[in-house]
Amino acid sequence: MKLKMKGGNRPERDPVLEAIFVRYKAERSSLIPVLQEIQGALGYLPAPAMKAAAAYLRLPEAVVYGCATFYSQFFLTKQGKHNVKVCQGTACHVRGAGLILEAVKRKTGADAGETTEDGKFSVERVACFGSCALAPVVVVDSKVYGKMTPVRTEEIIGKIP
Amino acid sequence: MTFDELAAKSREAWDAFEDSGRARILLGAGTCGKAAGADEILPEIKAVLKEHSIEAGIHEVGCIGMCYAEPLIELSRPGGQRVLYGGVSAGNVRKLVEDFFVKKEARADMAVAVTGATAVDGIPRLADLPSMKGQVRVALRNCGIIDPESIEHYIARGGYSGLKRALDMKPEEVIDEVKKSGLRGRGGAGFPTGLKWEFCRKNQADHRYLICNADEGDPGAFMDRSVVESDPHTVVEGMVIAAHAIGADLGYVYVRAEYPLAVDRLVKAIKQSEEAGFLGDRIMGKDFNFHLKIKMGAGAFVCGEETALIASIEGKRGMPNPRPPFPAQSGLFGKPTNINNVETFANVPVILEKGSAWYANYGTEKSRGTKTFALAGKIVRTGLIEVPLGITLREIIYEIGGGIPGGKAYKAVQTGGPSGGCIPAELLDMKVDYDTLAQAGSIMGSGGMVVMDEETCMVDIARYFLDFTRRESCGKCAPCRLGTRQMHLILERMTKGEGRPEDLDLLAEIGEAVRVGSLCGLGQTVPNPVMTTMKHFRGEYEEHVHKKQCRSFACGALVKYYITEERCIGCGACARACPVGAITGQPKKLYVIDQNTCTQCGSCLAACPAVAAAVYRTSGELTRYEPQKKKPAAGKAS
Repeated sequence: MKLKMKGGNRPERDPVLEAIFVRYKAERSSLIPVLQEIQGALGYLPAPAMKAAAAYLRLPEAVVYGCATFYSQFFLTKQGKHNVKVCQGTACHVRGAGLILEAVKRKTGADAGETTEDGKFSVERVACFGSCALAPVVVVDSKVYGKMTPVRTEEIIGKIP
Repeated sequence: MTFDELAAKSREAWDAFEDSGRARILLGAGTCGKAAGADEILPEIKAVLKEHSIEAGIHEVGCIGMCYAEPLIELSRPGGQRVLYGGVSAGNVRKLVEDFFVKKEARADMAVAVTGATAVDGIPRLADLPSMKGQVRVALRNCGIIDPESIEHYIARGGYSGLKRALDMKPEEVIDEVKKSGLRGRGGAGFPTGLKWEFCRKNQADHRYLICNADEGDPGAFMDRSVVESDPHTVVEGMVIAAHAIGADLGYVYVRAEYPLAVDRLVKAIKQSEEAGFLGDRIMGKDFNFHLKIKMGAGAFVCGEETALIASIEGKRGMPNPRPPFPAQSGLFGKPTNINNVETFANVPVILEKGSAWYANYGTEKSRGTKTFALAGKIVRTGLIEVPLGITLREIIYEIGGGIPGGKAYKAVQTGGPSGGCIPAELLDMKVDYDTLAQAGSIMGSGGMVVMDEETCMVDIARYFLDFTRRESCGKCAPCRLGTRQMHLILERMTKGEGRPEDLDLLAEIGEAVRVGSLCGLGQTVPNPVMTTMKHFRGEYEEHVHKKQCRSFACGALVKYYITEERCIGCGACARACPVGAITGQPKKLYVIDQNTCTQCGSCLAACPAVAAAVYRTSGELTRYEPQKKKPAAGKAS
């Protein structure tokens, strides 16, 4: 990705990113919180933002990229308008979570880790929400739905405008 | 304010909260409660109270552990009746509140238990419930009872008096007290806590760090989430005591980002604790400073491993490092560091408050005290429990958990998450403690117990865990990175009916290689789910490989669904339920499943009315019909 360079060797300053950076010391241990905040503000980690974080924290870009790709919480691509998380924890699994994921795939057209072409849904598989008593669980935009069936899953997703 | 003044003020606040002369409503609002609908109930309650001009205090409390009955509310009427109700919803709460407060009916039909001092006819007392009888609540002592956002409630129930006692003792004496209690690490490995603290303290340094591991990653475990959500101060107090004992001046709580409510409650608790002088500089007037910060995890199971967790706090990829040096020697930023799990810290304040002898009374000789377990899967009463160690699995599953739902047969219980194993029916009378579980090839782990019945396929469960570990392997050690992938491929082909005769030996061989060739606990325990299921359920593996048959009818590729002409009543429920439109037919006649379109999801089986039970399944040589329920006699049906 081509970046606009200004004067020295630093990418153009983005006010959103700068507002995040000023609250953190420029040291390695700030890296994960900084990436979390960038993702919180932008929805994902665009390459220029990661480069800016690397420049601010005085870390090699490879280190930033390495961290961003290691942790499952970080997204490197733009996410859909709605986020559908399907729990694949043990309790959910024995109560049919695999079929729920299939139902989500059928209804949205996106597999786990994908975003639909129209940008409406992103589908994620999550290891466990800790709501095992309600297994199987689906979380749509932070609302938790418990005791799901394939049919109810399709209904709920179908109702999202 | 001195501690005694604060305690007196807290007692006043608690007495007002518990005052039986006032109407009060408690709403269980942990993550489970909220997910089950607590948030929709609250506005409805408020509306009803307003309509009838009922003056009642409404409070959100944490989780009492009876997840099976969520959402739960407790209603108290002036004059003493105090009853816990379950299965409350936005639809039925209006009538319940009206009946209870206006008509003064106890509504035994929805009641779970009496929680107050006044007995109510037809409703059992909380302590007499089979799910509560065997329990001893230490780490969970306040869960669901206090308002988790009130430090006064916590103090009124004995909170921070353990810290007060600890600060009057020398650090070595505190360590000694914890050693004598026999407390072992509740995160899984079970290392003696006092000893761990001592190792850390003995290493000279300008700083020492303390970390609370709240990165509860085991799928099927939710005790740490519950404790932090329902009683965050016990974790804070436990950490301050530990900091005094090891001489730490800075602590971190490393908490999962998937637990937003827990983070929120912890932030509030830390702030309250700082304001009250239990955290910060010159704690309780002593020459002791300790500050506490929260670090959010970023989604990596391996960060539950100590050295990986430290790497993550330092801003690195969460990859484990070889030990020695142990974190107690050179941990976070190269300084001596002590890491304990949430539940371990939650026990510490009580040990200091009531003394080590009291705590050591519970449990077995080598596994003292109590342990929380998260019951989930195919069990009647899912939820969170705390029992003395040494109790049998049978007591946990059948007495506290209420057994297997739907009259199905027990097959196994999975303990210890991806590092643990499956325990078969023959071992149900086994004592639950660290050493006995290890002998059975499993581990205590953090305390997740996922119960499996005859419909759970053990080959599929092994495949499931390898799918998990292959995704979560950090990739540092080749045996783990490559071995988990190969093991997963083998198990996957077994569940698809493509297993080869040599696969069983191959699985064992690769599993052993991963175990001996991996640096951290994740890799070293990867084979456990496979080894324990192969040992106890070898027949299932052989059937998958040789007969292409799944006796649990769980492996979709080995199962076919049919509708029998003799039983089909032509209601069409199956066709409406089928998500892929594989079922066609005519109403009041026969419906047929198109085998080419069918995805074996089981929706038709679930939808077919029990009086018909016309959907049946085959796998290899096996055929399974569902039991047909007799039609209720005419006139009797209500």
